[in-house]
Amino acid sequence: MKSVDARRLLCPLPVIRTQDAVADLHPGDSLRVLCTDPGVIHDIPAWCRVHGHEVCDIDEQEDTITITIRVGSH
Amino acid sequence: MTEKRKAVALISGGLDSLLAARVMMDQGVHVEGINFYTGFCVEGHTHAIRKKDRARPKRNNALWVAEQLGIKLHMIDIIEEYKDVVINPKHGYGANLNPCLDCKIFMVNKARAWIDANGFDCIITGEVIGQRPMSQRRDTMPVVARESGADDRLVRPLCAKNLPATRPEQEGWLDRDRLHAFSGRSRKPQMALAAHYGFEDYAQPAGGCCFLTDKQYSVKLADLWATRGKREYELDDIMLLKVGRHLRPRPNYKLIVGREEGENRFMEGYRKRFVHLLPTSHSGPLVLLDGEPDDSDIELAARLTARFSQGRDAEYVTVEVTGVDGASRALAVKPYPAGQVPADWYL
Ligand code: SF4
Repeated sequence: MKSVDARRLLCPLPVIRTQDAVADLHPGDSLRVLCTDPGVIHDIPAWCRVHGHEVCDIDEQEDTITITIRVGSH
Repeated sequence: MTEKRKAVALISGGLDSLLAARVMMDQGVHVEGINFYTGFCVEGHTHAIRKKDRARPKRNNALWVAEQLGIKLHMIDIIEEYKDVVINPKHGYGANLNPCLDCKIFMVNKARAWIDANGFDCIITGEVIGQRPMSQRRDTMPVVARESGADDRLVRPLCAKNLPATRPEQEGWLDRDRLHAFSGRSRKPQMALAAHYGFEDYAQPAGGCCFLTDKQYSVKLADLWATRGKREYELDDIMLLKVGRHLRPRPNYKLIVGREEGENRFMEGYRKRFVHLLPTSHSGPLVLLDGEPDDSDIELAARLTARFSQGRDAEYVTVEVTGVDGASRALAVKPYPAGQVPADWYL
Protein backbone atom coordinates (compact mmCIF):
# COMPACT_ATOMS: atom_id res chain seq x y z
CA MET A 1 0.00 0.00 0.00
CA LYS A 2 1.25 3.43 -0.88
CA SER A 3 1.85 5.66 2.10
CA VAL A 4 2.42 9.35 2.77
CA ASP A 5 4.47 10.65 5.66
CA ALA A 6 2.83 13.89 6.79
CA ARG A 7 4.23 13.77 10.30
CA ARG A 8 5.18 17.17 11.76
CA LEU A 9 3.18 18.94 9.07
CA LEU A 10 0.34 21.14 10.22
CA CYS A 11 -3.11 21.25 8.65
CA PRO A 12 -3.90 21.82 5.89
CA LEU A 13 -0.57 20.47 4.60
CA PRO A 14 -1.33 16.81 5.47
CA VAL A 15 -4.58 17.18 3.51
CA ILE A 16 -2.72 18.64 0.54
CA ARG A 17 -0.13 15.83 0.62
CA THR A 18 -2.97 13.31 0.75
CA GLN A 19 -4.68 14.95 -2.20
CA ASP A 20 -1.48 14.96 -4.24
CA ALA A 21 -0.85 11.29 -3.49
CA VAL A 22 -4.41 10.30 -4.37
CA ALA A 23 -4.06 12.05 -7.73
CA ASP A 24 -1.63 9.29 -8.80
CA LEU A 25 -3.84 6.42 -7.62
CA HIS A 26 -6.75 4.53 -9.18
CA PRO A 27 -10.23 3.86 -7.86
CA GLY A 28 -10.10 1.06 -5.31
CA ASP A 29 -6.46 1.69 -4.39
CA SER A 30 -5.62 2.30 -0.75
CA LEU A 31 -3.42 4.94 0.80
CA ARG A 32 -2.01 5.20 4.29
CA VAL A 33 -1.27 8.68 5.70
CA LEU A 34 0.86 9.16 8.81
CA CYS A 35 0.22 12.40 10.69
CA THR A 36 0.87 14.14 13.98
CA ASP A 37 -1.45 17.17 13.82
CA PRO A 38 -4.73 16.16 15.48
CA GLY A 39 -6.53 18.51 13.07
CA VAL A 40 -6.31 15.73 10.44
CA ILE A 41 -8.91 13.67 12.29
CA HIS A 42 -11.41 16.22 11.12
CA ASP A 43 -9.89 17.55 7.92
CA ILE A 44 -8.87 14.39 6.04
CA PRO A 45 -12.32 12.77 6.40
CA ALA A 46 -13.90 16.09 5.31
CA TRP A 47 -11.66 16.17 2.25
CA CYS A 48 -12.54 12.52 1.50
CA ARG A 49 -16.28 13.22 1.74
CA VAL A 50 -15.95 16.13 -0.66
CA HIS A 51 -14.09 13.99 -3.20
CA GLY A 52 -15.93 10.74 -2.74
CA HIS A 53 -13.13 8.70 -1.13
CA GLU A 54 -13.65 6.40 1.80
CA VAL A 55 -11.90 6.60 5.16
CA CYS A 56 -11.36 2.96 6.17
CA ASP A 57 -9.56 3.49 9.43
CA ILE A 58 -8.22 6.12 11.81
CA ASP A 59 -5.69 4.75 14.25
CA GLU A 60 -4.24 6.91 17.01
CA GLN A 61 -1.09 5.57 18.66
CA GLU A 62 0.75 7.86 21.03
CA ASP A 63 1.62 10.83 18.83
CA THR A 64 1.05 9.30 15.44
CA ILE A 65 -2.30 9.19 13.72
CA THR A 66 -2.59 6.76 10.81
CA ILE A 67 -5.45 7.26 8.40
CA THR A 68 -6.24 4.67 5.75
CA ILE A 69 -8.18 5.76 2.70
CA ARG A 70 -9.74 3.88 -0.19
CA VAL A 71 -9.80 5.91 -3.37
CA GLY A 72 -13.24 6.48 -4.89
CA SER A 73 -14.01 6.92 -8.56
CA HIS A 74 -12.69 10.51 -8.65
CA MET B 1 -27.56 18.70 -25.10
CA THR B 2 -24.79 21.23 -24.69
CA GLU B 3 -22.09 20.38 -22.23
CA LYS B 4 -22.33 22.00 -18.83
CA ARG B 5 -20.21 25.11 -18.44
CA LYS B 6 -17.55 24.89 -15.77
CA ALA B 7 -16.23 27.44 -13.30
CA VAL B 8 -13.62 27.28 -10.59
CA ALA B 9 -14.33 29.30 -7.45
CA LEU B 10 -11.62 30.72 -5.21
CA ILE B 11 -12.76 29.39 -1.85
CA SER B 12 -11.27 31.10 1.19
CA GLY B 13 -13.67 29.59 3.69
CA GLY B 14 -15.55 32.85 4.27
CA LEU B 15 -19.13 33.68 3.44
CA ASP B 16 -18.56 35.69 0.26
CA SER B 17 -16.89 32.96 -1.76
CA LEU B 18 -19.51 30.48 -0.52
CA LEU B 19 -22.28 32.71 -1.86
CA ALA B 20 -20.50 33.54 -5.11
CA ALA B 21 -20.14 29.86 -5.91
CA ARG B 22 -23.74 29.15 -4.95
CA VAL B 23 -25.08 31.93 -7.19
CA MET B 24 -23.28 30.37 -10.17
CA MET B 25 -24.56 26.89 -9.32
CA ASP B 26 -28.07 28.34 -9.37
CA GLN B 27 -27.58 29.00 -13.05
CA GLY B 28 -26.63 25.42 -13.76
CA VAL B 29 -22.88 26.02 -13.91
CA HIS B 30 -20.65 23.15 -12.75
CA VAL B 31 -18.51 24.60 -9.97
CA GLU B 32 -15.37 23.24 -8.29
CA GLY B 33 -13.41 25.08 -5.63
CA ILE B 34 -9.76 25.98 -5.39
CA ASN B 35 -8.04 26.99 -2.17
CA PHE B 36 -4.51 28.29 -1.82
CA TYR B 37 -2.39 27.67 1.24
CA THR B 38 0.15 30.46 1.74
CA GLY B 39 1.35 29.61 5.26
CA PHE B 40 -0.26 32.80 6.58
CA CYS B 41 -3.81 31.50 6.39
CA VAL B 42 -5.81 31.69 9.60
CA GLU B 43 -7.11 28.23 8.72
CA GLY B 44 -6.27 24.83 9.97
CA HIS B 45 -3.39 24.34 12.29
CA THR B 46 -3.89 27.54 14.27
CA HIS B 47 -6.78 26.13 16.18
CA ALA B 48 -4.87 22.95 16.88
CA ILE B 49 -2.28 24.94 18.80
CA ARG B 50 -3.96 26.89 21.55
CA LYS B 51 -5.89 25.03 24.14
CA LYS B 52 -8.52 27.72 24.53
CA ASP B 53 -9.35 27.28 20.86
CA ARG B 54 -9.67 23.53 21.10
CA ALA B 55 -13.25 23.72 22.30
CA ARG B 56 -14.27 25.32 18.99
CA PRO B 57 -15.07 23.01 16.14
CA LYS B 58 -11.81 21.99 14.53
CA ARG B 59 -12.83 22.43 10.99
CA ASN B 60 -11.17 23.71 7.90
CA ASN B 61 -13.56 26.37 6.67
CA ALA B 62 -12.72 25.95 3.00
CA LEU B 63 -13.56 22.23 3.23
CA TRP B 64 -16.68 23.06 5.19
CA VAL B 65 -17.79 25.44 2.42
CA ALA B 66 -17.13 22.78 -0.22
CA GLU B 67 -19.24 20.33 1.74
CA GLN B 68 -22.08 22.79 2.10
CA LEU B 69 -22.03 23.33 -1.65
CA GLY B 70 -21.42 19.70 -2.54
CA ILE B 71 -18.45 20.59 -4.72
CA LYS B 72 -14.89 19.34 -5.02
CA LEU B 73 -12.16 21.42 -3.44
CA HIS B 74 -8.63 21.50 -4.83
CA MET B 75 -6.17 22.63 -2.17
CA ILE B 76 -2.90 23.98 -3.43
CA ASP B 77 0.33 24.57 -1.56
CA ILE B 78 1.78 27.90 -2.76
CA ILE B 79 4.08 28.51 0.22
CA GLU B 80 7.27 28.88 -1.81
CA GLU B 81 5.95 30.95 -4.71
CA TYR B 82 3.99 33.20 -2.39
CA LYS B 83 7.13 34.47 -0.68
CA ASP B 84 7.81 36.84 -3.54
CA VAL B 85 4.29 38.27 -3.19
CA VAL B 86 4.88 39.04 0.49
CA ILE B 87 8.43 40.25 0.11
CA ASN B 88 8.15 42.32 -3.09
CA PRO B 89 4.56 43.37 -3.65
CA LYS B 90 4.45 45.53 -6.76
CA HIS B 91 1.34 47.31 -5.53
CA GLY B 92 2.55 47.68 -1.96
CA TYR B 93 1.01 46.76 1.38
CA GLY B 94 -2.32 47.53 3.02
CA ALA B 95 -2.60 48.77 6.59
CA ASN B 96 -0.20 46.05 7.78
CA LEU B 97 2.07 43.67 5.86
CA ASN B 98 -0.85 42.45 3.78
CA PRO B 99 -0.12 42.65 0.05
CA CYS B 100 -3.80 42.14 -0.80
CA LEU B 101 -3.78 43.42 -4.36
CA ASP B 102 -0.72 41.43 -5.42
CA CYS B 103 -2.09 38.45 -3.52
CA LYS B 104 -5.39 38.54 -5.40
CA ILE B 105 -3.60 38.93 -8.73
CA PHE B 106 -1.35 36.00 -7.89
CA MET B 107 -4.20 33.72 -6.85
CA VAL B 108 -6.43 34.60 -9.79
CA ASN B 109 -3.46 34.05 -12.08
CA LYS B 110 -2.92 30.58 -10.54
CA ALA B 111 -6.60 29.85 -11.01
CA ARG B 112 -6.35 30.99 -14.62
CA ALA B 113 -3.54 28.52 -15.24
CA TRP B 114 -5.69 25.88 -13.54
CA ILE B 115 -8.76 26.48 -15.72
CA ASP B 116 -6.59 26.41 -18.83
CA ALA B 117 -5.10 23.09 -17.76
CA ASN B 118 -8.45 21.58 -16.77
CA GLY B 119 -10.74 22.87 -19.50
CA PHE B 120 -12.86 25.14 -17.32
CA ASP B 121 -14.57 28.27 -18.66
CA CYS B 122 -14.18 30.90 -15.97
CA ILE B 123 -13.05 31.87 -12.47
CA ILE B 124 -15.34 33.03 -9.68
CA THR B 125 -14.42 35.13 -6.68
CA GLY B 126 -16.55 36.46 -3.85
CA GLU B 127 -15.20 39.97 -4.24
CA VAL B 128 -17.51 42.92 -3.63
CA ILE B 129 -16.70 46.46 -4.72
CA GLY B 130 -15.77 48.61 -1.76
CA GLN B 131 -15.73 45.72 0.69
CA ARG B 132 -12.02 45.92 1.43
CA PRO B 133 -9.85 49.00 1.30
CA MET B 134 -7.14 47.68 -0.98
CA SER B 135 -8.01 44.86 -3.31
CA GLN B 136 -11.73 45.32 -3.64
CA ARG B 137 -12.11 48.87 -4.94
CA ARG B 138 -13.70 50.02 -8.15
CA ASP B 139 -10.29 51.02 -9.51
CA THR B 140 -8.40 47.90 -8.37
CA MET B 141 -10.86 45.22 -9.46
CA PRO B 142 -10.01 45.69 -13.16
CA VAL B 143 -6.32 45.54 -12.19
CA VAL B 144 -6.83 42.05 -10.76
CA ALA B 145 -8.64 40.92 -13.92
CA ARG B 146 -6.00 42.37 -16.21
CA GLU B 147 -2.76 41.56 -14.40
CA SER B 148 -3.84 38.01 -13.60
CA GLY B 149 -4.47 37.39 -17.28
CA ALA B 150 -8.01 36.23 -16.48
CA ASP B 151 -9.55 39.33 -18.09
CA ASP B 152 -13.19 38.78 -18.97
CA ARG B 153 -13.11 35.21 -17.66
CA LEU B 154 -13.12 36.51 -14.08
CA VAL B 155 -16.67 36.63 -12.72
CA ARG B 156 -17.64 38.30 -9.45
CA PRO B 157 -21.26 37.16 -9.05
CA LEU B 158 -21.91 39.27 -5.95
CA CYS B 159 -21.20 42.59 -7.67
CA ALA B 160 -21.27 41.65 -11.36
CA LYS B 161 -24.02 44.13 -12.16
CA ASN B 162 -21.71 46.97 -11.16
CA LEU B 163 -18.97 45.76 -13.50
CA PRO B 164 -18.63 45.36 -17.28
CA ALA B 165 -20.15 42.17 -18.67
CA THR B 166 -17.81 39.19 -18.52
CA ARG B 167 -17.32 36.64 -21.26
CA PRO B 168 -19.90 34.15 -19.87
CA GLU B 169 -22.46 36.97 -19.84
CA GLN B 170 -21.53 38.06 -23.36
CA GLU B 171 -21.72 34.49 -24.60
CA GLY B 172 -25.17 34.26 -23.11
CA TRP B 173 -24.75 31.26 -20.80
CA LEU B 174 -24.73 33.36 -17.63
CA ASP B 175 -27.75 35.55 -16.96
CA ARG B 176 -26.58 38.95 -15.73
CA ASP B 177 -30.02 39.68 -14.30
CA ARG B 178 -29.62 36.84 -11.84
CA LEU B 179 -26.26 38.09 -10.58
CA HIS B 180 -25.94 40.72 -7.86
CA ALA B 181 -25.04 44.37 -7.39
CA PHE B 182 -23.61 44.39 -3.85
CA SER B 183 -21.23 47.20 -2.98
CA GLY B 184 -19.69 48.80 0.07
CA ARG B 185 -18.70 47.51 3.46
CA SER B 186 -22.14 46.46 4.68
CA ARG B 187 -22.48 42.72 5.31
CA LYS B 188 -26.27 42.82 5.30
CA PRO B 189 -26.81 41.80 1.64
CA GLN B 190 -24.53 38.79 2.14
CA MET B 191 -26.32 37.79 5.31
CA ALA B 192 -29.68 38.08 3.61
CA LEU B 193 -28.48 35.96 0.70
CA ALA B 194 -27.04 33.40 3.13
CA ALA B 195 -30.42 33.22 4.84
CA HIS B 196 -32.12 32.85 1.45
CA TYR B 197 -29.96 29.81 0.69
CA GLY B 198 -30.25 28.48 4.22
CA PHE B 199 -26.56 28.74 5.11
CA GLU B 200 -25.86 28.99 8.82
CA ASP B 201 -22.80 28.76 11.00
CA TYR B 202 -20.49 30.17 8.32
CA ALA B 203 -17.16 31.78 9.18
CA GLN B 204 -16.96 35.57 9.28
CA PRO B 205 -13.31 36.54 9.43
CA ALA B 206 -13.00 40.11 10.67
CA GLY B 207 -9.96 41.68 9.04
CA GLY B 208 -9.10 39.39 6.19
CA CYS B 209 -8.31 35.84 5.34
CA CYS B 210 -4.77 35.79 6.68
CA PHE B 211 -2.43 36.77 9.49
CA LEU B 212 -0.79 39.46 7.38
CA THR B 213 -3.75 41.75 8.09
CA ASP B 214 -3.05 41.42 11.83
CA LYS B 215 -1.09 44.31 13.29
CA GLN B 216 0.73 42.34 15.99
CA TYR B 217 1.67 39.65 13.52
CA SER B 218 3.02 42.19 11.03
CA VAL B 219 5.12 43.85 13.74
CA LYS B 220 6.73 40.47 14.48
CA LEU B 221 7.38 39.78 10.81
CA ALA B 222 8.90 43.25 10.31
CA ASP B 223 11.11 42.62 13.37
CA LEU B 224 12.24 39.30 11.90
CA TRP B 225 13.30 40.96 8.67
CA ALA B 226 14.93 43.94 10.37
CA THR B 227 17.03 41.88 12.76
CA ARG B 228 18.10 39.36 10.14
CA GLY B 229 18.98 42.16 7.76
CA LYS B 230 17.14 40.24 5.04
CA ARG B 231 13.55 40.17 3.92
CA GLU B 232 13.24 36.40 3.87
CA TYR B 233 11.37 33.73 5.73
CA GLU B 234 10.90 30.00 5.97
CA LEU B 235 7.62 28.29 6.79
CA ASP B 236 8.84 27.54 10.32
CA ASP B 237 9.55 31.23 10.92
CA ILE B 238 6.07 32.36 10.02
CA MET B 239 4.50 29.50 11.98
CA LEU B 240 6.39 30.49 15.10
CA LEU B 241 5.20 34.09 14.73
CA LYS B 242 1.72 32.75 15.44
CA VAL B 243 2.55 31.30 18.85
CA GLY B 244 3.82 32.53 22.20
CA ARG B 245 4.89 35.88 23.55
CA HIS B 246 7.78 37.31 21.59
CA LEU B 247 10.32 39.41 23.50
CA ARG B 248 13.43 40.99 22.11
CA PRO B 249 15.59 42.04 25.05
CA ARG B 250 18.69 42.57 22.84
CA PRO B 251 19.10 43.08 19.09
CA ASN B 252 20.95 39.77 18.65
CA TYR B 253 18.21 37.46 19.91
CA LYS B 254 14.57 37.14 20.78
CA LEU B 255 12.65 34.81 23.04
CA ILE B 256 9.47 32.95 22.22
CA VAL B 257 7.67 32.15 25.45
CA GLY B 258 4.92 29.53 25.39
CA ARG B 259 1.74 30.93 26.94
CA GLU B 260 0.05 27.66 27.70
CA GLU B 261 0.24 23.92 27.36
CA GLY B 262 -0.91 23.80 23.74
CA GLU B 263 1.72 26.30 22.66
CA ASN B 264 4.43 24.59 24.69
CA ARG B 265 3.61 21.31 22.99
CA PHE B 266 3.64 22.93 19.56
CA MET B 267 6.98 24.61 20.29
CA GLU B 268 8.51 21.34 21.46
CA GLY B 269 8.60 20.33 17.81
CA TYR B 270 11.09 23.15 17.21
CA ARG B 271 13.36 22.48 20.19
CA LYS B 272 16.16 20.87 18.21
CA ARG B 273 16.62 23.94 16.06
CA PHE B 274 16.89 26.51 18.86
CA VAL B 275 18.66 27.10 22.13
CA HIS B 276 15.79 26.49 24.53
CA LEU B 277 15.07 27.03 28.18
CA LEU B 278 12.79 25.25 30.61
CA PRO B 279 12.33 25.88 34.33
CA THR B 280 12.98 22.69 36.32
CA SER B 281 12.52 23.78 39.94
CA HIS B 282 9.06 25.17 39.17
CA SER B 283 6.61 24.57 36.41
CA GLY B 284 6.81 27.06 33.61
CA PRO B 285 6.93 27.68 29.89
CA LEU B 286 9.17 26.34 27.21
CA VAL B 287 11.19 29.24 25.83
CA LEU B 288 12.88 29.18 22.43
CA LEU B 289 15.79 31.52 21.85
CA ASP B 290 16.15 32.71 18.27
CA GLY B 291 19.50 34.35 17.59
CA GLU B 292 23.15 34.28 18.60
CA PRO B 293 23.40 34.68 22.36
CA ASP B 294 26.51 35.10 24.49
CA ASP B 295 26.73 34.01 28.16
CA SER B 296 25.22 37.20 29.55
CA ASP B 297 22.34 36.87 27.08
CA ILE B 298 21.72 33.33 28.30
CA GLU B 299 21.66 34.54 31.89
CA LEU B 300 19.09 37.24 31.03
CA ALA B 301 17.05 34.76 28.99
CA ALA B 302 17.03 32.36 31.95
CA ARG B 303 15.89 35.14 34.32
CA LEU B 304 13.08 36.03 31.94
CA THR B 305 12.11 32.36 31.65
CA ALA B 306 11.95 32.25 35.46
CA ARG B 307 9.78 35.36 35.45
CA PHE B 308 7.14 33.55 33.38
CA SER B 309 7.30 30.41 35.56
CA GLN B 310 5.39 29.53 38.72
CA GLY B 311 8.56 30.51 40.59
CA ARG B 312 8.31 34.16 39.59
CA ASP B 313 8.20 35.19 43.29
CA ALA B 314 10.81 32.67 44.45
CA GLU B 315 14.32 33.73 45.30
CA TYR B 316 15.87 31.37 42.76
CA VAL B 317 14.55 29.31 39.92
CA THR B 318 16.53 26.56 38.23
CA VAL B 319 16.36 26.78 34.47
CA GLU B 320 17.69 24.11 32.15
CA VAL B 321 19.36 25.58 29.09
CA THR B 322 19.88 23.31 26.08
CA GLY B 323 21.96 24.24 23.08
CA VAL B 324 21.35 23.26 19.48
CA ASP B 325 24.01 20.58 19.99
CA GLY B 326 21.71 19.01 22.61
CA ALA B 327 24.04 19.72 25.55
CA SER B 328 22.19 20.95 28.65
CA ARG B 329 23.20 22.81 31.75
CA ALA B 330 21.25 24.04 34.77
CA LEU B 331 21.35 27.66 35.84
CA ALA B 332 19.99 28.90 39.17
CA VAL B 333 18.78 32.45 38.53
CA LYS B 334 16.82 35.22 40.20
CA PRO B 335 13.53 35.70 38.35
CA TYR B 336 13.41 38.98 36.45
CA PRO B 337 11.09 41.26 38.44
CA ALA B 338 7.67 41.05 36.82
CA GLY B 339 6.87 44.75 36.74
CA GLN B 340 10.29 45.66 35.38
CA VAL B 341 10.31 43.93 32.01
CA PRO B 342 10.51 46.94 29.67
CA ALA B 343 7.37 47.26 27.56
CA ASP B 344 9.39 47.72 24.39
CA TRP B 345 10.90 44.25 24.75
CA TYR B 346 7.52 42.83 23.83
CA LEU B 347 6.98 42.56 20.08
S1 SF4 C 1 -5.94 39.14 3.57
FE1 SF4 C 1 -4.13 37.90 3.09
S2 SF4 C 1 -4.90 36.17 1.86
FE2 SF4 C 1 -6.51 37.79 1.87
S3 SF4 C 1 -6.10 39.01 0.02
FE3 SF4 C 1 -5.02 40.03 1.71
S4 SF4 C 1 -2.94 39.16 1.66
FE4 SF4 C 1 -4.25 37.80 0.45
